[in-house]
Amino acid sequence: MSELKFPFTPLPRTGGTITSDPVPPLADSDRKPLTKKEISADHPTWCPGCGDFSVLALYFKLIERRKMWHEKVTTVAGIGCSSRFPYFVQAHGAHFIHGRALPFASGVSLSRPDLHVFVFGGDGDAFSIGGNHFSHTARKNIKMTYVVMDNFVYGLTKKQTSPTSPIGFKSKTDIWGSLDRPINPLKQAIAAGATFVARTTHTNPNHVLEMMEAAMDHDGFSYIECLSECVEFYPGAFDASNPRKGGKFDLVPKEHDVTDEYGAYRLADTAWPGCFGIFYRNPRPTKNANEAKIIEEHRSKVSGLADWEILQKSFARMK
Amino acid sequence: MSAVAEEPSSADGQSKLTKINEAVIRIAGNSQDGIQAIGGFLARLAGRSEQEVMTFMTIPSTISGGPSIFQVRIGSGDVLSAGDEADMLLAFYQHSYEGHINSVKLGGIVLYDSDHVTPKPEWLERYRHVGVAISSKTVEAIGGTGRDKGKNIFALGLLARIYDLDVEKITRLLGERFGGKDATILQNAVTCFNAGHAHQLQDLLKTYQFRHAEVRGGQQVVMNGNEALAFGLIAAGVRFGAGYPITPWSDIMELLRRELPKYGGTFVQCEDEIASISMAIGASWGGRVAVTGSSGPGISLKTEALGWASMAEMPLVIVDVQRGGPSTGMPTNVEQSDLNIACFGGHGDSPRVVLAPSGVEDCFYTAIEAVNIARKYSTPVLILTDQGIASRIEAFVEPDLRKVCQDISPDLSPVPDHKPYDLAAPDGVTRHLAPGTRIASGKYPVVTGLEHDELGHPTGSPRLHVAMTAKRRNKLRKLSADLPVPAVYGPAAGQILLVGWGSTYGPMREAVDKFRSLGDAVACINLKYVNPLPGGLDEIFKGFRHVFVVELNDEGVYGYGQFGAVLRARYCDPKIRGITKVDGLTWKVKEIVDRVRAAVAGAPVKA
Ligand SMILES: Cc1ncc(C[n+]2csc(CCOP(=O)(O)OP(=O)(O)O)c2C)c(N)n1
Ligand code: SF4
Ligand SMILES: [Mg+2]
Repeated sequence: MSELKFPFTPLPRTGGTITSDPVPPLADSDRKPLTKKEISADHPTWCPGCGDFSVLALYFKLIERRKMWHEKVTTVAGIGCSSRFPYFVQAHGAHFIHGRALPFASGVSLSRPDLHVFVFGGDGDAFSIGGNHFSHTARKNIKMTYVVMDNFVYGLTKKQTSPTSPIGFKSKTDIWGSLDRPINPLKQAIAAGATFVARTTHTNPNHVLEMMEAAMDHDGFSYIECLSECVEFYPGAFDASNPRKGGKFDLVPKEHDVTDEYGAYRLADTAWPGCFGIFYRNPRPTKNANEAKIIEEHRSKVSGLADWEILQKSFARMK
Repeated sequence: MSAVAEEPSSADGQSKLTKINEAVIRIAGNSQDGIQAIGGFLARLAGRSEQEVMTFMTIPSTISGGPSIFQVRIGSGDVLSAGDEADMLLAFYQHSYEGHINSVKLGGIVLYDSDHVTPKPEWLERYRHVGVAISSKTVEAIGGTGRDKGKNIFALGLLARIYDLDVEKITRLLGERFGGKDATILQNAVTCFNAGHAHQLQDLLKTYQFRHAEVRGGQQVVMNGNEALAFGLIAAGVRFGAGYPITPWSDIMELLRRELPKYGGTFVQCEDEIASISMAIGASWGGRVAVTGSSGPGISLKTEALGWASMAEMPLVIVDVQRGGPSTGMPTNVEQSDLNIACFGGHGDSPRVVLAPSGVEDCFYTAIEAVNIARKYSTPVLILTDQGIASRIEAFVEPDLRKVCQDISPDLSPVPDHKPYDLAAPDGVTRHLAPGTRIASGKYPVVTGLEHDELGHPTGSPRLHVAMTAKRRNKLRKLSADLPVPAVYGPAAGQILLVGWGSTYGPMREAVDKFRSLGDAVACINLKYVNPLPGGLDEIFKGFRHVFVVELNDEGVYGYGQFGAVLRARYCDPKIRGITKVDGLTWKVKEIVDRVRAAVAGAPVKA
């Protein structure tokens, strides 16, 4: 009984046909920032004119500007048009199942503190099927950056009502116009306990990049609500926020205190098209840090012991 | 209780000492009376005395109160099941007495609390009744306001007297259990124990003594299956887990939550089972096989993500502590009815590995094998245990921890190039690189649930779907070829072969012994590797006229249990039949024997 048919074996590094010759080390100082060409992978399958293109372009800019290396970029997504993101980025990526990108990303974030995890997805992915995960990831303040590309519609499945569709929006599932009150993602995020909440729109590239940088620098769960137009199924949805289309792009008022939770909540209620910028930023310990503290406390009690010796101590109490 | 020779022993000549090889003691009361604690003490004591123990417990599904039993079988030889019939019943209440008298063998002892139990005249003839005012004696012993709290320890004292148990060892166990901040707690426990032990059992003249057990190589550890599994995962190098509470899986997550930080690891309680498996998969992708688990409905919730792990070929361990289903079902009863969901659950063709440990000790080793198979074949692996193994306590030889503990941390050193889903890989197995690994070619893979090419990028190509589907299936064929052919217990050929999986092992093996002691040519095999199946089974089946698959699930529309149906589909052999039941209890040896007899005699195979 006590014989292992499958003992531990070291695994080969790569798949087989590729030789695993050792790769010479490469110091960070010898590396040049990645170019857009180096960081882009598949050509996006989005419809021409889709707002998601600009979010992707600004992600590339972020990587370039912040001198992130390929291997340190971790891109995770669920399912949706927007969620196809990881295929377009030349870096380690995961395309998971609909609505569950956040728990997947949490697993990466909590087990790999050396990586910064970026999650991209749509409004259905975030607030309908993944709604519960959104609340819990925010409340636990798990370190990652989450960009929701909100188009107020289900794009991939071709025009059904989304949880952010405004009342009256005519979709294939509400041909007479949507009836249900949409959720307000910002209020949702603030109420759930997100420690960084910002709003931007794909038509203002500089602002998107500014928000991404701020989110990345935030130690905790940073959430960006990014309006991203679905030209196919909800064209013109965000014209009111686009000065080139006769709309207005108002910034969060200068006097707004980003650590004021109620103030942020009120601001999130500003009448359409609302304002853009950081609504809330109020760091508190991340789950990553809290768990690390617990680990440190426990490790200090067993310092110097090998894992098998720690286990042996537990077994000694079971005799 | 197999009494061998009776020899007068005690100096005063009053009580006679009978040497026994084993005893089955059933303790019945309410859950808040500390029934499990007595059972636990007896099990630990047996373990320390190098005896075999096997326990069986039922816990009520209600939170507190309600009937509860604990059965412990202690023996000097092999103990494979918790025992069909009890040698002694310790009954705290009338309902415990009346509800469990049937489990006592004729002539067995009924030790009852005379404060709460009135013996039935018609049973006095059939069983030896011994009444002790356990409740009032306990109050008398400790005095104060403790009421009858501690009567379980008083009863333990009685048992220690009757079975001539090692008082010194028990006292030490009490110290370990109750020695805390409040010294009066331990004091009270010792007082209760001594009072019970000193109690004069006028009408019970005999005492029993266990024969010396053969000395085993190494010290024994005593734990339940959930503990063994959780510690096995730790030994295997698992350092991340995620779960959501549900009986009987919760114990595993609680233990991992408590223990993992010592090893630098973390266990996360999630918002639900979907988040749990998703988080574990994320951590696995992070480079080190992670664990999730559940029971009953929680397993159903995990199936979509499990399909992703199968598609993306992500190593992962999923523990399923089976309980009675479907739906919320019978949360505290045992069943083996998750075999289908474990092997086949999910949409699409989604191959995965399923292992079923046969007992508590095997839980420990199976956990390590699950991790190693997950890594080696880059696949999700399910471990199917059940409520029976989860909660019963067994003693087994302490594993060689230095040898079995392994380091599975990821290698992040750079590679020249990489294709995770390399179709030309000689072993056909996918290799993932953990994020953080530099790939000199600058070409990075994506892990995905969409059908994909060798780099993980989506494809609609039928050719690739055919090739990748075959790749995911063929690696399990390869694993199947690597699996050991199960050993036949009993003759290699004969009349009847019993086939079991997982926890059926113990009672099935005893059933074989029973048949053989009566001269029948009966043998059994027990499968731990449930999916894929090992090779060589057809050769084994050839040697027997009847093959019965013994399992704890329903016979189904077509008359076969879940595993029976798999074996019939696999081997197209009409002599494979099923012996199944769903009464929520583990198999009794006698049940198996009777059911097999009836089936062979041509009677319909019915419960
Ligand atoms: C479990 C499950 N249910 C349903 C779907 C089908 N589905 C795919 S994407 C999607 C909605 C996408 O909307 P959104 O998240 O807003 O992303 P968008 O396409 O608009 O970017 C749905 C319903 C699925 N893939 N999985
Ligand atoms: S359907 Fe809409 S969201 Fe999807 S790619 Fe086209 S424009 Fe973008
Ligand atoms: Mg959308």
